[in-house]
This record gives sequence, C-alpha cells and structure tokens, in this order.
Amino acid sequence: MAGILDLDLVAARDALRAREISSTELTSAYLSRIEATADLNAYITVTADKAQAMAKASDERLAKGEGGGLEGLPIAVKDLFCTEGVLTTAASHILDGFKPTYESTVTGNLWSAGAVMLGKTNLDEFAMGSSSATSYYGPPVNPWRGAQDSETRLVPGGSSGGSAAAVSGWAALAATGTDTGGSIRQPASLTGIVGMKPSYGRCSRWGIVAFASSLDQAGPMTRTVHDAAVMLSAMAGHDPKDSTSAAEPLPDLEATLDSGVKGLRIGVPAEYRVDGMPTEISEIWAKGIAWLKDAGAEIIDISLPHTQYALATYYIIAPAEASSNLARYDGVRYGLRVDGGSLDEMYANTRGEGFGAEVQRRVLIGTYVLSAGYYDAYYRKAQRVRTLIRRDFDEAFGKVDAILTPTAPSDAFAIGANEDDPVKMYLNDVFTVPASLAGLPGLSVPAGLSARGLPLGLQVLGRMFDEPMVLRVGRAIEKAATFTSRPAMLEGI
Amino acid sequence: MSEPYRIQGETGAWEVVIGLEVHAQVISKSKLFSGSATTFGAGANTQVSLVDAAMPGMLPVINRECVDQAVRTGLALEAKINPVSVFDRKNYFYADLPQGYQISQYEQPIVGEGVVHLDLPDSETKEVGIERLHLEQDAGKSLHDQHPSKSYIDLNRSGVALMEIVSKPDLRSPEDTAAYIKKLRSILRYIGTCDGNMQEGSMRCDVNVSVRKPGDEYGTRCEIKNVNSIRFVQQAIEYEARRQVEVLEEGGSIKQETRLFDANRGETRSMRSKEDAHDYRYFPDPDLLPLKLDPARVEALKAALPELPDVKKARFIAEYGLSVYDASSLIEERAIADWYEALVKGGNGKRDPKIAANWTISELFGALNKAGFDLADSPVSADALGGLIDLIGDGTISGRIAKDVFAEMFETGKDAAAIVEEKGLRQVSDTGAIEAIVDAVLAENQDKVAEFRSGKDKLFGFFVGQTMKRSGGKANPGMVNELLKAKLTG
Repeated sequence: MAGILDLDLVAARDALRAREISSTELTSAYLSRIEATADLNAYITVTADKAQAMAKASDERLAKGEGGGLEGLPIAVKDLFCTEGVLTTAASHILDGFKPTYESTVTGNLWSAGAVMLGKTNLDEFAMGSSSATSYYGPPVNPWRGAQDSETRLVPGGSSGGSAAAVSGWAALAATGTDTGGSIRQPASLTGIVGMKPSYGRCSRWGIVAFASSLDQAGPMTRTVHDAAVMLSAMAGHDPKDSTSAAEPLPDLEATLDSGVKGLRIGVPAEYRVDGMPTEISEIWAKGIAWLKDAGAEIIDISLPHTQYALATYYIIAPAEASSNLARYDGVRYGLRVDGGSLDEMYANTRGEGFGAEVQRRVLIGTYVLSAGYYDAYYRKAQRVRTLIRRDFDEAFGKVDAILTPTAPSDAFAIGANEDDPVKMYLNDVFTVPASLAGLPGLSVPAGLSARGLPLGLQVLGRMFDEPMVLRVGRAIEKAATFTSRPAMLEGI
Repeated sequence: MSEPYRIQGETGAWEVVIGLEVHAQVISKSKLFSGSATTFGAGANTQVSLVDAAMPGMLPVINRECVDQAVRTGLALEAKINPVSVFDRKNYFYADLPQGYQISQYEQPIVGEGVVHLDLPDSETKEVGIERLHLEQDAGKSLHDQHPSKSYIDLNRSGVALMEIVSKPDLRSPEDTAAYIKKLRSILRYIGTCDGNMQEGSMRCDVNVSVRKPGDEYGTRCEIKNVNSIRFVQQAIEYEARRQVEVLEEGGSIKQETRLFDANRGETRSMRSKEDAHDYRYFPDPDLLPLKLDPARVEALKAALPELPDVKKARFIAEYGLSVYDASSLIEERAIADWYEALVKGGNGKRDPKIAANWTISELFGALNKAGFDLADSPVSADALGGLIDLIGDGTISGRIAKDVFAEMFETGKDAAAIVEEKGLRQVSDTGAIEAIVDAVLAENQDKVAEFRSGKDKLFGFFVGQTMKRSGGKANPGMVNELLKAKLTG
C-alpha cells in the first residue's frame, strides 16, 4: 500500500501508462488514506463513488492506450471550484446545500485530461484567511507537528489549507488551490509541498467562487515542481467565458524544467528583508541564494521600492472587490435563507448568520473603502499604488530573469493563534501579496525545516506569462534542497 | 419665433428647464453579458442564464452586437465615440438584482457629447445637446401581486442591454420635450437600435425638472423617475414645474430629490430625498477589461448607417418639392419613408411626388388610423396606391371617384384597375355622351337656367353637381365645366 502512495504525480502517471498499476488501485489507496486521515479535516466532501467510477473509466481508456495528460490520477479540488452535482460550499454556511449545475472550466479541464476527483477540500470561508481556520466546517489540520511539541495541532496555512493538508498528508496525489494574495503559496510553504500561482489570466476563473476578481487565480498544489508543471498544463488555457483569461498560448512546461539556472540572473529584493523577520527565514533565503549561485546563476540585488505598501494596498482592493462579489449571497435564489419581516430583514438575517466573522469584516472594510467620500482616499489611491508596484516589477525584470524570496514570514503556527489579531494574520501574506497585485507567476518550493522541525518554503517570481522560467528556477532549488523530510504521521504507512 | 413657454406665477413668469435620461432597450438577440434571449413576453424565468441569475463563479462576457448598437446610436446622435470605455459596478441590494450590483458605465461611457435636432411647429428648429450615452444591464422584475405575502421575481429582463441616453438641460417646455423624445425614438428606430416601444417598457424616461426666472442661474432640480409615455412626460413636467413655482413663491426652497409620477392623479410625489439616496459605491468591474474600440470598426459601422431622418427630410424637400410639414410626416418612420419612395419611384417615374404625398398622408394614414393598423398591416401596398394615382393621372378616373376606389381597395385589398372595371367607374370623356347629359340637366331645370342667366352666377355649381350626379360621378369634370360654360353663356 505504502508503495503506491509513495509515487508522486509524475511517477504515478508513468506507472499507469506502463500498466504497472491501475487507476482503480491507486484511487482506492487514496480513498482509504482519506478515511485514515479524517482527523486532518482536509476534506469537506469526499466523492468516493464518483472517484471509483472515474478511475474505472480511466482504466478502460488506459487499457486502450488512450487517455489525457492526467489520466487516472486521483486529485482533490479546493471547495471553491464549482463542481457539477457535487456540494460546493466555499466553506461558508451561506452556501448550504448548493450543488452547481455546472462545472468550473479548470476542473472541467482536469477531468478532460483524465484526472479522478477524490473530493472537495477545506479552506478559509470564501478563501479569506491564512490559516483555513475561518472555515464553517472547522479548521483543517497540518499533517506536520513540531519536533518538540507533537501535541499542538498546527494550521496548514490558508486559504487553500485543506488542499495543502491533503497533499502533504498523502490524502491526495495533488490538489487544486486558488491564490488571491498567497493562498496557494503560503499553505504550500507551511506544509512542505509545491504550490504555484500562475500569471493572472492563465487559468480561467469561470466557475470559481469569486473572492477578489482582479487577483484570484487557480493553480496546482503538488509534491514536486515537475508535478506542478504537469498539472498546470492541464488546468490552464484561454477561456472565452472569462474576459480576463489570457489568449497567450501556454508553452511546454516540462520541456525546459531541467534546463538549470546557469547564466540566469536571479534578483534578490532588498525590501523583503522586513523588520522582525525570524532568523531562520533569512537563513533559508540565504541558502536558496547560495544554491542558485552554486548552480551557476548570477545573483543581483534589486529594489522593489513600493513593497512596503503592498499589504495595505491588497487589504483595500481585495475586500472592496469581495464586498461586491459577495452581494449575490442574499438568500433569494440559492443557499441559506433566514426569513425576516421584510426584504431588508431577510438580507440582514441571512448574511448575518451565513457569513462568518472574517468574511463580515472584509465585506465591511470593502464597503467602507468604496463609499462616497472615501473612494478617492482608499480605493483609487490603492489602484495607483498597485500600478507603482507593477512598475517596480517591470523595472526589476529588465535586469533579472526571476526573483527569489521567502514564501512566508514564519513556519506553521498553532490553530487558534493570531485569530484575535487580524492584522497579525494578514502579515502572513507580506511576501506573496506584491506578486498577486502585479499578476505575476509565483511558486513556493520546500527548502528546509525550521528550528521546530517544520517546513519552510522559498518563493520564485517570474515575468508575466513566464511560467517556464519560474518552474525551471524552482526545480533547481528543489534539486539543491533535496527536501525529503515528511511529516511524522507518514512514517510507517 | 413663437412665444417661449412660461409658467405664470404671482411674482412673474418662470422658465422651466428640463433634461432627460432615456433608457432605451438595445435590440439584440442576446443579453449584454450573457447568451440568453431577449424576446418580450416570454414565460417568466425562461430566458435566464447562469450569469443572469448570478450563480457563484459566473462571469460576464460583453456582447459585441450590443456594443455595435451603442456605437451606431452614438454616430446617429453625431456624438463622440470614446475609443476606451469602462464598465463599472453600481452596487445596491434588491431582490430582482441577482448580482447585488448592476454593471453600468460611470466615469468613462462609450459615447460622449452629441446633438439632436428638433423640428418645432412653425418651422422652428432647436438643438438639444446629448451629454453622454452609456451601456448598462437591466434588472429583473418584481411581481408583488401574485401572492398575499410573497413577492415573485422574473429574471427574463435581468441583464438585457440598455442604453442610457442623457440630454443636457436644453429643453424648455413640455412640447420641446415631447418633440425630443419623438425625434430620439425616430432616430433609434431608423438605425434599428431600439424599438422605442414605451408601453412595453423598451424606452423609459427619467425627467429632470427645475424652474428659474428667465436669465437666472439654474434652479435645484427634481428627478421624476420612470415615466412611460410621452403624454405622461408632458403632464409630469407641467405639474412639477407648477409645484416648484408654488413652493418658491411661498418662500420655500426646492429640495433635490427623486419623485414618482402618479398617472392616475396626474401628480408627482416624493420618493426619496438626496440624503436618503443610495451610495452606489461605483468601481470598475474587475471581471471585464476596459472596452477598446478599433477605429476601423467604428468607421465600418458609420459607413453602414442608413440615411438618417434629418438628411432624408432635406432630400425629400429638395428632390420631391415637398413642404416641410409633408416631408416631416413622411420621414418620422423609416418604413413610411421607404413606402413613400417606393410609391413615387414606381410607375415609370411619372407619378407626381406631391400628389403621392397627399394620398399617403391624408388618405392612407387616415384609413390606417381609423382601422387601427400599422403601415405593415396596410391592405393597400405602395404599388397598388401607385396604380390608383396612375389612373387619375391618365384621366381614367376622377379624383373624386378615386377616393371611393381607394376605400374599396382598403376594404377588399383589390387592385384599383380591377375595381374601376368591375364597377364601371371609368371616367366618361366622350363629348357627345357628356353633352347629352348636360342638355338633359338644362332641360329639366329651365327655371334655374333663367336665374343663372339673369346674374345668379353661383348656380353654376348646381349644374355641375347635377351633371356629375346624373353621370354617376364618371363624367370628366373638366369637360363638364367647359360644356356647361359654353351652353349657359353661349
């Protein structure tokens, strides 16, 4: 059993093609593993029957020598993607009982490529958070525990925490995530897996429950950089149903993966050395720089001068868009309705009960920053700063091919920590948010362990639509880091 | 110049200042941001896509045809077409607004300033400035009378494209305003961008009214929402202007507010004050990219525009020698103008355009009105009316008989020549035959002949009438006149 779970996505793909294993066998192993790891609370919904049926169909195709790029590979889907006939919650009470009659473009692409759906993973409510603890379905748990404290349950990061927990706990071969300000990269860092946010527009947003439309982007969460390249190739593509989807053709992401970094110029931004950054974060960053240098890259000090405003800018733009995007959850057409004496009362009751505290906070902030008299001071100014941040990157990418930074300012923290201090929670996104605002591709790769024995990731950023470069640099770090550590829970299975 | 429209108050005459926001439903097969159909009168909630119902994760995609329609309209209003425009979200909660926001255009509309030329009575003209035109989605419809305690929602209209056409405050009377709406409607119908049907709600007006003493600065305005006929617009303006004058003359001030027009009572009522106005929290819709128009596309749309009412009218006056009045009535609707031109150009070009205009305007329109028909339903085609006019032209029938023939044509849909033959209505131009009738009439009325000859000239008409009557209306009236003249005075 352990042998089959030990295979990463690419290895499993090859084994399936070689008919060494069957998808039914692989899928069953994962379904058993999901049961065994129920304590992780990684899934909101497990679609075991669907998974078995899909696996069977994949086996039939594989037997005929047919099948797509992900044929027979069992994966999990963040419960922010609408899936036809399958409960879709966004981890919110307000979407109670909501089963879409349609399939999101990205998941549709995955199923067309032959992937098998294991279920829907837990997340922060409406993807708002960095711990996944704002889920109406209770917090997912990080498979990792501190070396000296194996009792304390840790967060898997957020908002794609359920996907991260599932992949790192081997309860899925890979999973989809979405990243608005770091929601793929930060959980990947905290759980020791690879997470990639592609360029804005690479993956269609059609059928993904919207949080902040100008930032939301789907991406893969996998065990290896190669896995991420394979999975992203299946997810991405132009979609006429999403006006912001890019017409840019996706290059062959596997072809240049192992080209190495010799002669590449890697930028190291001074502004990411933030005050109070833990030593182990600076140390892992320094290690990453050294690895790339040793592999032949040229390290260049760069400046991204508006970095310090990124977090504030993000926490104006994202809530502003969210306040409007979430207006449709009004109890009129689907999901939760809590009746009232009048239409306004019904709205207030439904949204008051249906949305959790963090969602309400962001809707309030967003409503405030868009209000007459405040719009110019907040929203319009934030848009201007966003342009400056984008310009910073444009200038930097005139001098470098990729940028290396830490992914998150700390390792995984305890469930319940930071919950009474939203600003402290928001600081988790400090390194990931600037690239989100600029729409650039970013990848988190596991690089080492913290003093507490918890994973730490490094982030690679690239030019717009230059995913091949990001993956290539990420692959070089992965090779140099030889990160083979696993959560203790995986020992002996 | 005719007298300007004034409200006479106790302190003197007041001028009324009016501006209009017209919501015109775009003619398009599908909605502004979804593929749903837009047919009027379909069963409730049968034309609703996932986008229109604002299901989670659904995204708007701009309908190119709606954009083209807005550009055509802008061009027809001689307006600036903005190469870049932006869609914004106008946020508010209502049960028939599924997204919780309306996608509209706020700071950067697709069409900028333009102009509408009005033809007023007494051949006066007036220019009304267009401030802007923008594209936006319509909301759904709430039905409050279907259930004692519940409201029903029909989302068929949700997402249908509207053009909001905003005029400058250039209108000064209810009549000006009516003329503006009619002219705007005529232009929209010409270019096929809106059917202008106010009853079905495909054209709706918000009317901004203020009053001032002539020469003063603009007064504070009130907006009267959703008035749905030209007559109501006029009534609403009259009532509202008088109300404002009364308030001001009593020493009060006008509060900027939104008002409703109650058609049953002919009055406007306060709906909400400026303080209670929604804060719509407009911001650019992040689901849509700025709308960029290729100049070549705009040029192509411009080149394909049909001849517009003003140009057509000038041409009708110049080419056909029509009066301004006749030309104006004939060009108001493109179908009528086309019908008229088909009529004039038929019959080897021998038809007199003025006679054709008279027949079209007096006889055809009269008959259509009486029957409650549209031109499209007319039982008499342009060809058929042409046939009738040709029969007058070549002397086959008299104008008098022609009216009867027309009535018969309208009734039965038959051809003029066939009716004339069938009923033996051919004009008698045989001198001998007419002379015989004239002689008989004179013989029967010898006393009147004597009176005439002794100076009672007016009796000539009596003899004409009697002769025509005896001929069954078929005698050539010119010949009857000549013969009578010769016999009575000779």
